[in-house]
Amino acid sequence: MVKKRVIPCLDVAGGRVVKGVNFVDLREMGEPIELATRYSELGADELVFLDITATLEGRGPILELIGRASAELTIPFTVGGGVTGLDDARSLLRAGADKVAVNRAAFDDPSILTALADEFGSQAVVCAIDARAGEVVTHAGKTPRGRDAVDWAVEAVERGAGELLVTSIDADGTREGYDLPLTRAVSAAVKVPVIASGGAGEALHLAEAYAVGAEAAIIASIVHERPERLPELKIELKEMGWNVRI
Amino acid sequence: MRVVFADYGAGNLGSVASALSRAGADTSITVDPAEVREAPLAIIAGVGHVESAARGLERNGLDKAIHDRVTAGRPVLGICVGMQLLFGASEEGGSGMEIFGGPVRRVRAERVPHMGWNTLELTRPAELVDGLEGEDVYFAHSYAVEPTDDGVVVAVADHGGRIVAAVQQGAVAGVQFHPERSARAGARVLENVLAWSRSA
Repeated sequence: MVKKRVIPCLDVAGGRVVKGVNFVDLREMGEPIELATRYSELGADELVFLDITATLEGRGPILELIGRASAELTIPFTVGGGVTGLDDARSLLRAGADKVAVNRAAFDDPSILTALADEFGSQAVVCAIDARAGEVVTHAGKTPRGRDAVDWAVEAVERGAGELLVTSIDADGTREGYDLPLTRAVSAAVKVPVIASGGAGEALHLAEAYAVGAEAAIIASIVHERPERLPELKIELKEMGWNVRI
Repeated sequence: MRVVFADYGAGNLGSVASALSRAGADTSITVDPAEVREAPLAIIAGVGHVESAARGLERNGLDKAIHDRVTAGRPVLGICVGMQLLFGASEEGGSGMEIFGGPVRRVRAERVPHMGWNTLELTRPAELVDGLEGEDVYFAHSYAVEPTDDGVVVAVADHGGRIVAAVQQGAVAGVQFHPERSARAGARVLENVLAWSRSA
């Protein structure tokens, strides 16, 4: 059986890893490749890099980072954040990302998901969905889109997404647990793997996300502060009876 | 040892090349059929569909170069779609090089793609998968090979049924998972590949 995954997410801004609460109040946490390599050594199942200032700085910095990550990491990694269209997504995958996460650009033009799946296979195409109270929100949490997140998730998969990264803005950075109703509803509505994101504080939270159908769970602040927490989390999950990679 | 990647135009081969360099290989990526025919080890790797990958190989005569290698008994390794290219018709469209018999079919499981770490179960001893019984490796695919001759299968995994994870017969081998993204177990596979291709 395929194992449940634990995925550290690195929000990258100005070449550094940062983390906020509810998408604001960003704090600096370290150098991306250094942290990524550390997480890989400590048993991370894969990594997500989110380029949160991509639209302000252009794509150059993150492409250089992906090239280094691709050469140095021995676990898969997804890159997303500010992907504005097909060319962007393609250049990230060509630079060495195993998967690309497309958020707003896919919501605005879902045919992007189809084009990417046709070229790279749907296993390389992640649709990232940010939700507040069940509604799709884009532009780093600033623009509510008036569409139900589960409804959009279903279409994104039909269009070609091979995986969904579902982030609850309400839960993000709170360490009080994932948005379980949202995770449950999306997981039940689609047949692709769902990655729960936002709110991880302890192993029990990841277990709860798996229990409602998530195949993987994102962690951020808890490991940025103390990377050694990562193997502890996995052992705790194993002790709870979850099929995780130790 | 010199290792060439048959470039069919489906993007980044850097990660596999880096992983093989770490295992001690001298790697290059090429569209030159002579290089693909003669190198001590040729690898077909990348992402995308069997159909476009097969067309990409044909465009530069790399399919013929690979067939020539196989006839001459020189080692070939297919990774992920590269492994599917060693087989016949794919349900995704197109057909591989039919070096092995059997189709490529869509994975039938509760969740597809088959995405993440899964455990290898060895079905017969083979140098390619030596030391890998019970090890976890990373899969990311929606289609999988179904060999006509079960004797070519050397490792399987379980995802809604049996997934063929690795095949080997003579000097031709394939892995459905991604050794370059499978941490220590993946490095072991690539070391095995180099040892196997030296002796093949």
